[in-house]
Amino acid sequence: MSGATLLKESGPKEVFCGLTSIVWLHRRMPDAFFLVVGSRTCAHLIQSAAGVMIFAEPRFGTAILEERDLAGLADAHDELNRVVKNLLARRPEIKTLFLVGSCPSEVIKIDLSRVAENLNIELKGQVTVLNYSGSGIETTFTQGEDGALKALIPLMPKSDQKKLLLVGTLANAVEDRLISIFKRLGIDNVESFPPRQSTELPSIGPETKVLLTQPYLTDTARELKNKGAEIIEAPFPLGVTGSTLWIQAAANSFGIDKSIVDSILIPLISRAKQALAPHVEKLSGKKLFLLPESQLEIPLARFLSNECGMEIVEIGTPYLNRDLMKAEIDLLPPDCRIVEGQHVEKQLDRVRDSSPDLVVCGMGLANPLEAEGISTKWSIEMVFSPIHGIDQASDLAELFSRPLRRHDILNPKTLTSN
Amino acid sequence: MELTLWTYEGPPHIGAMRIATSMKKLHYVLHAPQGDTYADLLFTMIERRGSRPPVTYTTFQARDLGGDTAELVKGHIKEAVDRFQPETLLVGESCTAELIQDQPGSLAKGMGFDIPIVSLELPAYSKKENWGGSETFYQIVRTLLKDHSNESKHTWQEEKRRPRVNLLGPTLLGFRCRDDVLEIQKLLGQYGIDVNVVAPLGASPADIMRIPNADLNVCLYPEIAESTCIWLERNLNIPFTTTVPLGVGATQDFLKELHEVLEMEIPQSVNESNNSKLTWYSNSVDSNYLTGKRVFIFGDGTHALAAARIATEELGFKVVGLGTYSREMARKVRPAAKALGLEALITNDYLEVEDAIKETSPELVLGTQMERHSAKRLGIPCAVISTPMHVQDVPARYSPQMGWEGANVIFDDWVHPLMMGLEEHLIGMFKHDFEFVDGHQSHLGHLGGKGNQNANQEVKTKISIDSTTSNLDPIWTHEGERELSKIPFFVRGKVRKNTENYARQAGCREINEETLYDAKAHYKA
Repeated sequence: MSGATLLKESGPKEVFCGLTSIVWLHRRMPDAFFLVVGSRTCAHLIQSAAGVMIFAEPRFGTAILEERDLAGLADAHDELNRVVKNLLARRPEIKTLFLVGSCPSEVIKIDLSRVAENLNIELKGQVTVLNYSGSGIETTFTQGEDGALKALIPLMPKSDQKKLLLVGTLANAVEDRLISIFKRLGIDNVESFPPRQSTELPSIGPETKVLLTQPYLTDTARELKNKGAEIIEAPFPLGVTGSTLWIQAAANSFGIDKSIVDSILIPLISRAKQALAPHVEKLSGKKLFLLPESQLEIPLARFLSNECGMEIVEIGTPYLNRDLMKAEIDLLPPDCRIVEGQHVEKQLDRVRDSSPDLVVCGMGLANPLEAEGISTKWSIEMVFSPIHGIDQASDLAELFSRPLRRHDILNPKTLTSN
Repeated sequence: MELTLWTYEGPPHIGAMRIATSMKKLHYVLHAPQGDTYADLLFTMIERRGSRPPVTYTTFQARDLGGDTAELVKGHIKEAVDRFQPETLLVGESCTAELIQDQPGSLAKGMGFDIPIVSLELPAYSKKENWGGSETFYQIVRTLLKDHSNESKHTWQEEKRRPRVNLLGPTLLGFRCRDDVLEIQKLLGQYGIDVNVVAPLGASPADIMRIPNADLNVCLYPEIAESTCIWLERNLNIPFTTTVPLGVGATQDFLKELHEVLEMEIPQSVNESNNSKLTWYSNSVDSNYLTGKRVFIFGDGTHALAAARIATEELGFKVVGLGTYSREMARKVRPAAKALGLEALITNDYLEVEDAIKETSPELVLGTQMERHSAKRLGIPCAVISTPMHVQDVPARYSPQMGWEGANVIFDDWVHPLMMGLEEHLIGMFKHDFEFVDGHQSHLGHLGGKGNQNANQEVKTKISIDSTTSNLDPIWTHEGERELSKIPFFVRGKVRKNTENYARQAGCREINEETLYDAKAHYKA
């Protein structure tokens, strides 16, 4: 491990709960439906986080618990059964239904796995019903995807085929690009999890080598390992270095000759560095503060300091999985301050004291910081934007240089006359 | 259990947050799990607020549930009071905390603070946002004024001063509240009436304590302020106005009511027609084409009711649908709809609203931001008149809805999505020229004709499905379809449906050119 300082903090937090992952998961698997079993708050949260831009009937919804559902659990199970059947009658194209637990459903202990089991018997395979928890008392933001993927693992067929499995939701275009690079390297059998159709699950077995695309898949990685798969240790594919090491790790694991890997990656690397240069100029020497939210904070800090020359004030992270983050933390500059957990008031005090040039934060905090003259970047953008891979490094950097550029345009430096 | 894909109102604690964030020197400790902090973005994103809501969330986790959550709550309360030094503390819980029954309000009251503490009990599993806002405002006012005595109070006449009123109800995330307050203040000033306190928007607890100094309460938004106004009338003898000054007629009625209750003489100027440009614009020849435009209205109770009156009495529209998502206002909306020969649509389900829009094929939809989406899908022009709203419904410019200027804004906002009269006339004149592209629409670039064609296709497919089950459905002949295509796109859907209904009634199996004219004559008769 590098000289990073690891601190823990507790107090009031300002982060999304795992339900928010539904906002990108439902787009990744258009044949799946996510039914939150929760309260009006859950429904309101998802529609607010999704930007309330619903142009079609969405593939997520909430079964809102009402007073009488709280009175008797048996009735609540029956009620949920009824709601699911209504939904399926209206949406016959649904192939996989995720029942998503929430804070209230966890507290009153609605047994979603039992409801799912009964529904699966009744529906006889027409629709697969799964369950996981996206509750705020157990999960943070991107952890919701971890739960959804973990729920799918038992359905994955067994196979002894040698293959590379990319795990974690990627933008489709980025995914295609990465797969084509692996094919050029000679790794032909590449599959993705989650798949683009919930029914087309990749198979898994002892010859499966898993390459994580996202850093928040703790439980999924563990379950895949239990299924015999090998988890390839690597930093995450953000930035030129991270993506190169990530691809190289897979190539090593498949025994691809280093000269082949170099011949394919070196031109990509030099082209990406060229594209990165104007952003590096803008970002270099600027102070960056990352508030905890998406769990991408550590890889982003690594990219922005090592490749873009930013000075890291603090890296906030909702929780720290030292195993999955080991390769990332090793690459961090010495004396980096990583704070696990949050006391939002104290953290904002530190933001103000350190007067950073840019703060990565949640949507609720961005405008208040902007109003104090501090440029911000929404962390939720990182889970929606195509940012993975060598070719995307400059796009990723631009997400951070744009607010600084804008700040300079709107606040031109005036000459000071002494 | 209710299946919801999208909801018009948030849970009741969001209503409480709207009150807390609207006010000053007040802090709200909300016992709630991690994730409930999403609510901050409603204020900082939709309203572009440059400051965080004054809310401390306890953000408890599953591992806390085994231990002493009450101690956790007390820790957060103490820290919040120390850090923010509020003049009044609100304490409440969100849906999940309600289940674990820590009673944070009682805990806070036992902590020995010397500030008023308002304990909020907002049943999250049966009530919604506006109710929560109303209840919170009422509880704040009641807590701060319950020991107030008005024995020494005198009328404005006795004290030989100008009359003073309070403006109650405006909040953040309300529809154009910021500008309505300015407009009403200006209006009252013109009639020699002073504003004593505006609340909740911009009021501190000290301002709330000054509410009894007024001669009257103006209930600007009944959804938020009615229960408070009723309590103030019963307990402190302060009367309140019930007319909401939205539109020219309602503004006139409001001024009359205000003068009557204050025992002032009603000035002639109230009835002058040039107070707002809406009256003249509506009378101008260009507006002739607005006559009988079919309009569908859905929103919160106050804005939907006002829209129905403005549409029928001031713009000469025909209201073909009227409804609200606020069940608390259903009692008022039902008779208003009945008076227009309609049945009020009272629902939380936006898909039901969308179906009702399809069914009535209006030429203009006045709704919330969800109806804006629905109308866009259906290719129908739309103006947003009510919350819930999106960031574009919080304009940078001054754009009230209330008072004379509000009526001006309403004229512009509702009429611009439609085509101007002269423009419509020219299109009618040139529509058979080969250069003419069908689907031309207003300057605002709605989907227009294209969307309408889609809607027509939907109708068509529906009919073909139906015809498999029933042989009674008429079939369009080629010449019938050709004649139909000559009808302007914005009424084509309606004509298609009417003609089919007529054909069914008349027992026609086929719809040709003549059937169209027969149907036209039938419906005109």
